[in-house]
Amino acid sequence: MSGPTVTPIPAVKSSGATARQGRRTDSRAKRLVIHALLTFAAIVALFPALRVLGVAMRPGNRILDSQFSLIPEGATFDAFRHVLFETDLPLWLFNSLVITTGTALVGLLIAATSAYAFARYKFPGRGLGLTLLLMTQLIPAAMLLVPLYILAVQFDVRDSFVGMVIALSVTSVPFSIWILRGYYETVPIELEEAAQIDGCSKLEAFWRVLLPLSTPALAIVFLFNFLAAWNDFFLPRILLSKEELLTWTLGLARFQQQFQTQWNDLAASAIMISIPVVALFLYSSKWLVSGVTAGGVKG
Amino acid sequence: MSLEAVTTAITQVGLTLVAIAFLVVVLEGLLYLLLVRILRYRHAIPLMLVAPAAVGLAVLVVWPLLWELNVSFTKMSLRNFGDPGFLGLERGWFVGFENYGQVFSQPVLQLTGFWQLLGQTVLWTAANVTLHVLGGMALALLLHRQMRGKGIYRALIVLPWAIPQVIALLVWRTEYNYEYGAVNQLLGMIGVAPIQWLTEPVPNFVAMIITNVWLGIPFMMVIILGGLQSISSDYYEAAEVDGATSRQAFRNITLPLLRPVLTPAIILGTVWTFNNINVPFFINPNELETSDILVTAIFRQAFQYNRYGDAAAFAFVVFLLLLVFTVFYVRFTGSLKGAYE
Repeated sequence: MSGPTVTPIPAVKSSGATARQGRRTDSRAKRLVIHALLTFAAIVALFPALRVLGVAMRPGNRILDSQFSLIPEGATFDAFRHVLFETDLPLWLFNSLVITTGTALVGLLIAATSAYAFARYKFPGRGLGLTLLLMTQLIPAAMLLVPLYILAVQFDVRDSFVGMVIALSVTSVPFSIWILRGYYETVPIELEEAAQIDGCSKLEAFWRVLLPLSTPALAIVFLFNFLAAWNDFFLPRILLSKEELLTWTLGLARFQQQFQTQWNDLAASAIMISIPVVALFLYSSKWLVSGVTAGGVKG
Repeated sequence: MSLEAVTTAITQVGLTLVAIAFLVVVLEGLLYLLLVRILRYRHAIPLMLVAPAAVGLAVLVVWPLLWELNVSFTKMSLRNFGDPGFLGLERGWFVGFENYGQVFSQPVLQLTGFWQLLGQTVLWTAANVTLHVLGGMALALLLHRQMRGKGIYRALIVLPWAIPQVIALLVWRTEYNYEYGAVNQLLGMIGVAPIQWLTEPVPNFVAMIITNVWLGIPFMMVIILGGLQSISSDYYEAAEVDGATSRQAFRNITLPLLRPVLTPAIILGTVWTFNNINVPFFINPNELETSDILVTAIFRQAFQYNRYGDAAAFAFVVFLLLLVFTVFYVRFTGSLKGAYE
């Protein structure tokens, strides 16, 4: 669902050294204090991840350890092997991947064309449309779950991916439209006009000039849609119940209920799922230089 | 991972995508005929571009909400489940505004009523947003300088935001375990007696806030850092020439110039925190009603107690509350000025 799960990667303007960076008046002692504070913050941010690594490597007879230690005695990778080959986790991951890729593609296509209309045309209902798009961001996910569940029962699309794909595909669309519209508007319209003078139609200019220039924003929007759907828990929770249809979020939560003591399985799965997501996230946040928040909500 | 399950997944998703594509083509074809050929409407093209999104949102957001509004006037529940029809009139489920009245007069959950939930939600939102902004601001100010390892610090501190939330929450929940969790073990090292994070009301509420602050600081930090970097150095140089202290520079330059970035971020943060269903749901495995906020109460009322009619009415009350707050706040701060040009 949209709302809290949809997180934007905000603008990071990397250019331009500013006063504090340029002044270099920090004394040695002050620099030490700053490094100490930042190191502490980094440890706090990293700590659960480190702990999970330790728990994942605990041998079977030591899963519950009331002694605090980061790297356990007799560390082993058994839990990784176990969840990969002896549980349904790979299937759950596959289910999530298929659903998520499908919905992210649909969401991106729908948002890219609408955002173009909002950025480059004046038409009746434009202002109202933008307001309504913003208002959808206020709808609590829990509020939409109630009717979606009842409708899914009535249309008999529970325990199938049909309902999942349909319901998920539009949840990120309002947010995507705002981001893309903001980005399109930073591209000088003269480029498209030049293409039109050279004989392109307006829509061809969109397709051949604006879209290729917007690749970074399109990639980011695809990633948002992808991550929002990938990390979603509550929609699958109300729509899917069959073991072989679960998404990884649901499967993992079930892991914890079923094997209350198998913390090492949970930890090993958590690590394997997190690493690609985190890598993708860090990578994309680095090359996103354009102003996403500046484009989305002009302050 | 059986072949059968794999093919089922691919076929179902593939067919759904084909169906969506087909519907879009049909929609565009009809619009083309109607707007371009028959009406020769001059705004035909933008309307055709917007149509798929508009129809998608109408079918999957607007229609379900209207439908929910319909349900909110009925006594739909596990016992009375099915298509209520218009206002449940035919089935005799129509109850008028009774559900709306009950939101305020009867417990929403088993014991807890609307006003207590509202209080808990306000406390939850205020505590989180305040700590997010303060923490994010502190870290951004620390990072906003030339220093060694800046990129590494930034990447590490952003980690809580990058980790899939369900995973982060499952991990935090286990770390709050009384005996085996890291939180109590660390507290034990500095001589603090173990705390019942998951079973006692107050510690559980605190645990929820700790977790959500950990989750939310990176977003604010990145936003504020972006804002700091966009402030021109000329202001600070001028202030230095005029002999301003760094505290004065912060109050009179940094804060006002951060406002355009901070205000929308705070609005977003408030709405997200208010609507956050993940954290209060996962960090409260024993379903303490003292840890529920309005949106988790909607979820429990609908999906644990199966009181669909009540939950629908309750959801609209909560939505209106948020809408009024946001409209007021946006007007008051003028933070969206110019968003429409």
